[in-house]
Amino acid sequence: MDYFLELFLGGLTRGSIYALIALGYTMVYGIIELINFAHGEIYMIGAFTALIVASVLAMLGFNHLTILILASVLAVVYSCAYGFTVEKIAYKPLRHAPRLSALISAIGMSLFLQNYVLLAQTSDFLPFPSLIPDFDFWEPYAHIISSPELVILGTTFCVMVFLTILIKFTRIGKAMRATSQDKIMSALVGIDVNKIISITFIVGSATAAIGGVLIASHIGQINFYIGFIAGIKAFVAAVLGGIGSIPGAVLGSLVLGWTESFFTGYISSDYEDVFAFLFLVFILIFRPSGILGRKETKKV
Amino acid sequence: MMSFEKIKKGVLAGIWFIFLTFPIMVIRVNTVENIIEWRWINMLYAGVGGFFLSIIWDELLRKQEANKNKAVTGEMPILQRMMENPSVRLPSIIGLVIFVCAFPYIFSMYQTNIMISALIYIMLGLGLNIVVGLAGLLDLGYVAFYAVGAYSYALLNMHFGVNFWVALPIGAALGAICGMILGYPVLRLKGDYLAIVTLGFGEIIRLVLENWNAFSQGPSGIANIPRPAIPGIEFSLSQATVFIYFMMILLVIFTIFMVHRLENSRIGRAWIALREDEIACQAMGIDKTKTKLTAFSLGATWAGMAGVVFAAKTTFINPASFTIWESVMILCIVVIGGMGSIAGVIVGALFLILVPEYLRAFSEYRMLVFGAVLVIMMVFRPGGLIANVRKTYQFKSSEI
Repeated sequence: MDYFLELFLGGLTRGSIYALIALGYTMVYGIIELINFAHGEIYMIGAFTALIVASVLAMLGFNHLTILILASVLAVVYSCAYGFTVEKIAYKPLRHAPRLSALISAIGMSLFLQNYVLLAQTSDFLPFPSLIPDFDFWEPYAHIISSPELVILGTTFCVMVFLTILIKFTRIGKAMRATSQDKIMSALVGIDVNKIISITFIVGSATAAIGGVLIASHIGQINFYIGFIAGIKAFVAAVLGGIGSIPGAVLGSLVLGWTESFFTGYISSDYEDVFAFLFLVFILIFRPSGILGRKETKKV
Repeated sequence: MMSFEKIKKGVLAGIWFIFLTFPIMVIRVNTVENIIEWRWINMLYAGVGGFFLSIIWDELLRKQEANKNKAVTGEMPILQRMMENPSVRLPSIIGLVIFVCAFPYIFSMYQTNIMISALIYIMLGLGLNIVVGLAGLLDLGYVAFYAVGAYSYALLNMHFGVNFWVALPIGAALGAICGMILGYPVLRLKGDYLAIVTLGFGEIIRLVLENWNAFSQGPSGIANIPRPAIPGIEFSLSQATVFIYFMMILLVIFTIFMVHRLENSRIGRAWIALREDEIACQAMGIDKTKTKLTAFSLGATWAGMAGVVFAAKTTFINPASFTIWESVMILCIVVIGGMGSIAGVIVGALFLILVPEYLRAFSEYRMLVFGAVLVIMMVFRPGGLIANVRKTYQFKSSEI
């Protein structure tokens, strides 16, 4: 039973990590129907910014809490800036172009950002300082779930609550929902569509950056390539849950995390990804629009 | 010419880029020795680069916008107009044939090898073009069929000594069968759900090849795959390369011929109709299941064949050659060339394979430039290099 619990919590953590990246995917998809291939790179840049800021501050002799806060805040700020700029350069001119063209543009952007970081920084794995402290009060339970994992779970939960509130109850959220349903109509009722799309990218990038900082400090090392794999996994999770739906992205991520965790734990670690993908195919065959995706009805 | 507004915008862009690139480009930390390296000069580059690039970018976008407004409908692109003219057409075709035939003798073996890769990608691109360009099914796992072809030749040869000429149709057939197997369960899926399932399928094949050591020798791959040969003739290495080159040329011509015939056949028109409107298509009595399955399996056939050639060309294969990047690359070929157009796919494949090769002059900046080129291409030519011209019928009043 202990082993089961361990796998369950391991899967939960893994799923929460996927969720933080998948949220950005799903939000961007929901609003402009674009698979934002560069999203993984935004996450990677967030992690790199945090690493650089943290290293500089540590060498200047700041204390732990200041480093944690400043590194996280700057990582979020920079990721947002990158997300915003990427959208303006690579996606905005393509808004009325065929969808696949925008996808190729996104792939190009992803390649560009990867190599930009590779050239400006390094191709080696860099050790990432563990920014999340070990809490003393959590000591008795640490054998079940470590405090960094606890922080990951808590943060994911808060981000999700925040996003749900943002989208359901605020003016901006209402505008986002309207834009995702019909861009021309929302422009007619006075919504600045371009601004809303920018905001969506910024919010999505911010969650990716939070994910980046948490994961990097959990795993302990980063390089320029981490964004690609994480991006693919998060995309799978977002689709699994029903792309465009926020609770769907979280649920899909958790399902993916548990699948991988249990499969690795009970059967074999070699075929972990094979099983994850088989599971995905299986679910999509029975629910072609994801777990929480709405069934599309088409008017003729 | 340069108005104050433009300069102000450029300066703002420059400042924005300085801010944007500051942590990544200016600071480099060495976490082992605890040294921070400040590269202030990069800040200058970012600022000046941002300033000029933003001005050029804006100017180009404005030009494009202006062109779009005055674009005359029905006017053919200049290249096509030239090709219609018989006095240009005949010499250019003869010139092309001579160039293609003489290529391996003019250029080095290295160049010929690159050209063979480009030809393999043309074949892959044309195959994927059936699925993505004509039938409109986004397939991100196309490389799986390529792997199936390559491994079927390698394994059949290793265990049963099957030669290249027998393996070629077998690889194609296995590709087609895999296309059917994948195609059947995903028929109900649309758009990005389809894309992700095909992506998953591609990854499953790769991971199985990587982990099932008894079957595929795992990550170490299979070596010593024989090159294609004609019985009784011994080829030296360079002769073999030239032989593969001409064989590939013939195969590509065969592919072009087949795809062209398919495109204008009953089934090809059904694919295009299905891409445009599924419901209307079914109402017209087109069998959706059959049409989609043929698209998948015919597309996969070419990938299987290309895989056999790839294995024979490199004489060594391992799962690392069949990652998802490969699928993405082939998709880029189709989209950059111009979806659904055969000439477009050829130009796209040559562009995407040859450009990174010749960008080696930029050495480490190669992939950076390549990524930027992809973005720029798509922003300024979203329809691809050679967009497909749909058949239109014009009625002339005199005929009525």
